[in-house]
Amino acid sequence: MVQYQNKSSTAGKYFLLTGLILLIIGLINGILGAFQYVIPGLFKSSLSFEKIRPLHVSSVVFWIIVSATGGVLSYVENYTGRKLFSPTLARLQLTIFICSIFFILVSYLSGIFGGREYWEYPPVLSLPIICGWLLFLINFIVSIKFSKRQPVYVWMWFTGIVFFLFSFLESYLWIFPYFRSNIVNDMTIQWKSYGSMVGSWNMLIYGCVLFLIEKISGDDNYSKSKVSFALYFLGLINLLFNWGHHIYTLPTHHFIKTISYIVSMSELLILARIIYNWKSSITTAQKLSFLPSYKLIIAADVWILLNLLLAIAMSVPAINIYTHGTHITVAHTMGATIGINTMLLLAVAYDILCDQHQSIFQRRAFNVAYWIANVSLLLFWISLIRIGVLKAKWQMSLKQIPFSVMMKQITPYFLIFLICGLTMAIGLIFLIVPLFRSMRKQN
Amino acid sequence: MQNNMSNQIIQFLSRRVNLFIIIIFLFFSYTSFIYKFLPAKQRPANKLADSGKQLWQEKNCIACHQIYGLGGYLGPDLTNCYSLKGSDYIKSILRTGTRIMPDFKFSVEEVNAIVEYLHEVDNSGEADPRKFVKNKNGTISK
Repeated sequence: MVQYQNKSSTAGKYFLLTGLILLIIGLINGILGAFQYVIPGLFKSSLSFEKIRPLHVSSVVFWIIVSATGGVLSYVENYTGRKLFSPTLARLQLTIFICSIFFILVSYLSGIFGGREYWEYPPVLSLPIICGWLLFLINFIVSIKFSKRQPVYVWMWFTGIVFFLFSFLESYLWIFPYFRSNIVNDMTIQWKSYGSMVGSWNMLIYGCVLFLIEKISGDDNYSKSKVSFALYFLGLINLLFNWGHHIYTLPTHHFIKTISYIVSMSELLILARIIYNWKSSITTAQKLSFLPSYKLIIAADVWILLNLLLAIAMSVPAINIYTHGTHITVAHTMGATIGINTMLLLAVAYDILCDQHQSIFQRRAFNVAYWIANVSLLLFWISLIRIGVLKAKWQMSLKQIPFSVMMKQITPYFLIFLICGLTMAIGLIFLIVPLFRSMRKQN
Repeated sequence: MQNNMSNQIIQFLSRRVNLFIIIIFLFFSYTSFIYKFLPAKQRPANKLADSGKQLWQEKNCIACHQIYGLGGYLGPDLTNCYSLKGSDYIKSILRTGTRIMPDFKFSVEEVNAIVEYLHEVDNSGEADPRKFVKNKNGTISK
């Protein structure tokens, strides 16, 4: 039985608060973007889709990165029982991140781009992000000290930090003509880096959640067990080699596609494990259901199962040609970023920022927001899959009607997607509000 | 003798650090192989297409359009629009915009550059999913 101190310096908490503000910005821009699907041409003169989409995507991506950083910094202190090597370095990193994210969002609003999908801002703004990340790496390595055999979550944090840096740098290889002069080469390297990047931030988040579960249960056997390390290495191999499933239709090397097809299928092992452990996780959930963090982890568990089923299907090339380029891919992304990453990061935020033992009124309010967010997300996810199926039918039909006519025909489903998006955002905002209140009380 | 050796290999791999180093070594070998032998043959630089690509990024066209099925979903995939619709059609849309797409006030040179970029993209291959053959083992081929 281990007990961790719940004391962490303010640096990690401010990372989480910054992340939560970015999540709210991301949700608002997501809703504005969904409106443009239902009413084509809306805000065309001021806030057209090429501005709204990066505002939405980058805010959400930074919510994930910044709050995962906050989670790692706080839990490193909990784990070691010491303060960070340098809280000043962490504050400097946060200041750098806040300034660069501010300039990035302003550049989008002003219609100044220059980068590529997901990192559309002028490439020069990535320099402070790289510097900030290097500070994070230094702070992490010196704080942990690596003197003894470390549990699996320390490995996950280290892998996530190092490979995020590598894949982020790799995603900028396009600035060299050698990589960018041919679209096939350019896109191969682009999706190689993006695939690993997502895997890297997932390592940071899952590491935090494993630590959180250990902290709640007081049982540190799992994080040092052979099973946990086997799953970690499986995740690492997927992070490094499965990115090819994004580019099955690109005329790139065949071996890239074959390797990623084989590696992606190894996720079936993770799926089997989730199903095998389902009963025991439900029993534990019943015992710990009073904890907001644990409830959020359980929601994420369900989303992991749903998304893994979708991801495994999409990783089969013969199925991928139907789903690729359709909203089924969007459903997978939304399920992963909201259902898994956001739920897990909110679980971490509740643990770090809040007193988890709520009053009856607080517990009821939490439950209402929790169910609104999750049920809306499920309907949102299903509507995206339905839209994707309709688009796939159109893509594969021999006599294609014009694109604009096809889009008009699926507008009713976009309306459902918008309504569900709105209610989901309301649910999520009500989950976030207590975190701000709690932080204000502490101050 | 053989048993001894396989035991030693298993022992070596069961040490987490060794396994980690092997996986990372494999990854960096794979990465450098891909960098060295890029999938498509490099052709002499087409400056007009390159400036078209820059404009494509500066106007964030990928937010709405797709290339090889990757990008935004509000507009159509443009991988093969050059051969399907022709350069005049593309130019007219770039000059005026559409009900959804804003008029970016492109100059004649800028329109030509984007069209040339789309021409290069078109030459790189076909993105139409209907052209793929599904194999029994789950793979696809053309």
